[in-house]
Amino acid sequence: MSISARFDIYRGRFSLGVDIAIPESGITGLFGPSGCGKTTLLRAIAGLDHFPKGHLRIGDQIWQDTATFIPTHKRMVGYIFQKSNLFTHLTVKNNLNYGLSRVPKGHGLSMGTIIDLLGISGLMDQYPATLSGGEQQRVAIARAILASPRLLLMDEPLASLDLDRKLEIIPYIEVLNRDLRMPIIYVSHDRDEIARLADHLLLMDDGKIISSGPIADVLTRVELPLAQGAEAESIIRAKVRDYDSKYQLTILESSFGRVLVPGKKLEVGRDVRLRIPARDVSLTLAHQTDTSILNIFSTTVDQVFGENTPEVMVKVKAGDTAILARITRRSADNLKLKPGMKIFAQTKSVAVLA
Amino acid sequence: MMFTEADIVALFVTVKLAFISTLILLLFGTPFAWWLSRSKWRFKFLIEAIVALPLVLPPTVLGFYLLIGLSPSGPIGTLSSSVGIGSLAFTFPGLVIGSVLYSMPFVVQPLQDGFRNVGVSRLEAASVLGASPLDRFFTVAVPLARPAFVTASVLGFAHTLGEFGVVLMIGGNIPGETQVVSIAIYDHVEMLDYNKAHLLSGVLLLLSFLILTLVYRNRGFKVVAS
Repeated sequence: MSISARFDIYRGRFSLGVDIAIPESGITGLFGPSGCGKTTLLRAIAGLDHFPKGHLRIGDQIWQDTATFIPTHKRMVGYIFQKSNLFTHLTVKNNLNYGLSRVPKGHGLSMGTIIDLLGISGLMDQYPATLSGGEQQRVAIARAILASPRLLLMDEPLASLDLDRKLEIIPYIEVLNRDLRMPIIYVSHDRDEIARLADHLLLMDDGKIISSGPIADVLTRVELPLAQGAEAESIIRAKVRDYDSKYQLTILESSFGRVLVPGKKLEVGRDVRLRIPARDVSLTLAHQTDTSILNIFSTTVDQVFGENTPEVMVKVKAGDTAILARITRRSADNLKLKPGMKIFAQTKSVAVLA
Repeated sequence: MMFTEADIVALFVTVKLAFISTLILLLFGTPFAWWLSRSKWRFKFLIEAIVALPLVLPPTVLGFYLLIGLSPSGPIGTLSSSVGIGSLAFTFPGLVIGSVLYSMPFVVQPLQDGFRNVGVSRLEAASVLGASPLDRFFTVAVPLARPAFVTASVLGFAHTLGEFGVVLMIGGNIPGETQVVSIAIYDHVEMLDYNKAHLLSGVLLLLSFLILTLVYRNRGFKVVAS
């Protein structure tokens, strides 16, 4: 089941023109600054707003084209808003039943499974007003999933929560993504959330999609604004291999080779994401051995970006995967960096996103 | 000191009038208030001003126009005559029409506010969960606006209970048909029968107070529901 959406929206001075394809599984992050049209696009996909110039197909179903406009309540679409929008006159249980009782059975996941997945089994007889913000949002997510959506839209679901509540919910969204094979579009303007959750990335600015692809690719496209600030970073995938109890190091395997991360005892075999800030990567021609740096990767220079700036962004690759290194232009010149050149990337910090 | 039979009949007519008028207002006022709360029509304010008119208009003015309208040559009178009911002036159904118009703002305005407070976001949440427009109106909007329904019913009822000017103009004073308590009190006072006036006034005072206690207590759970 593939999803394609094309919209041309004009509303006063705001215009939005997109033509996107969304993978059938995994979380597609829709990332961009506030006001760039993320929510407008999501509402158009849900059918909450009707913009005449649009074409929207979910698998073999047309949700909108010139002749068709399926109303929201017949779309079987899930939508998580910034606010939980729970029905305050109903108990948690009846909130969950609201969607469940209105749609034909879809994924066949029982209420019990979803309740356990989101850790809300103890809240069933309570009213929403008595729940914390994080609990309310978890109930809202469960309620949306129980309605068997063919596509789940999440519009900055964590934006109204404080950091602790965010950290409380993120693991649940990760589990959802792993256990339910349901396409999710996740809107956010928070880099950390996107880095942690998104498998694919749609980069949006001023009503346009400026880049899209697997997150590791998009983050390392040096020409994008995303890869230019001090915040630039790379994401690589890794598998937990072992734990060195003597030095308290987690040993992971990635396409760049072995990676050591302090602390973090994780179960062996688990897939995790590693985040490597570009400013913490340095490049060296020779493999250093007398250094405190733990993670040194053998790589090939792919691209050097930046001409009249004090610092340049270097994209280095190992196989298909890339990371970014932010170094001074002077160092780049000294090293005579050129595409294709072998180089060692030393990473001062690697964070496990799990 | 006892109620006369006429007083009891007047009480009964009053309560019946208030009950039927409130029922009609809730029935037609609910979709109307819903429309007012959702519509983005630019001339909506005209309708809102018309609904609010009975708040400022002397009841005699409203009653006077109603009398003209209900008379056999008036627009409503012509219509009712043509379907064979005859003129509605000085009849109980005529009083109901008058009360409905007179008490309309007391029912429609709280409902409109109540629906506005429900907001769009929870209705949108219901629509993504598969609820059709009618479904979400009954399962989300109405229950969430419940305090507004209580306020609207009670105010509509109480206000009709105290109606005087409109009844005076279009109801006449027919015992058992159009004589309501407020008119009966007026009659007693005119006859200098203060004892009977006291009795009926006391009943109305007590009843109105009880009803208003209900409204103000209801404000308490309004906070919880929103």
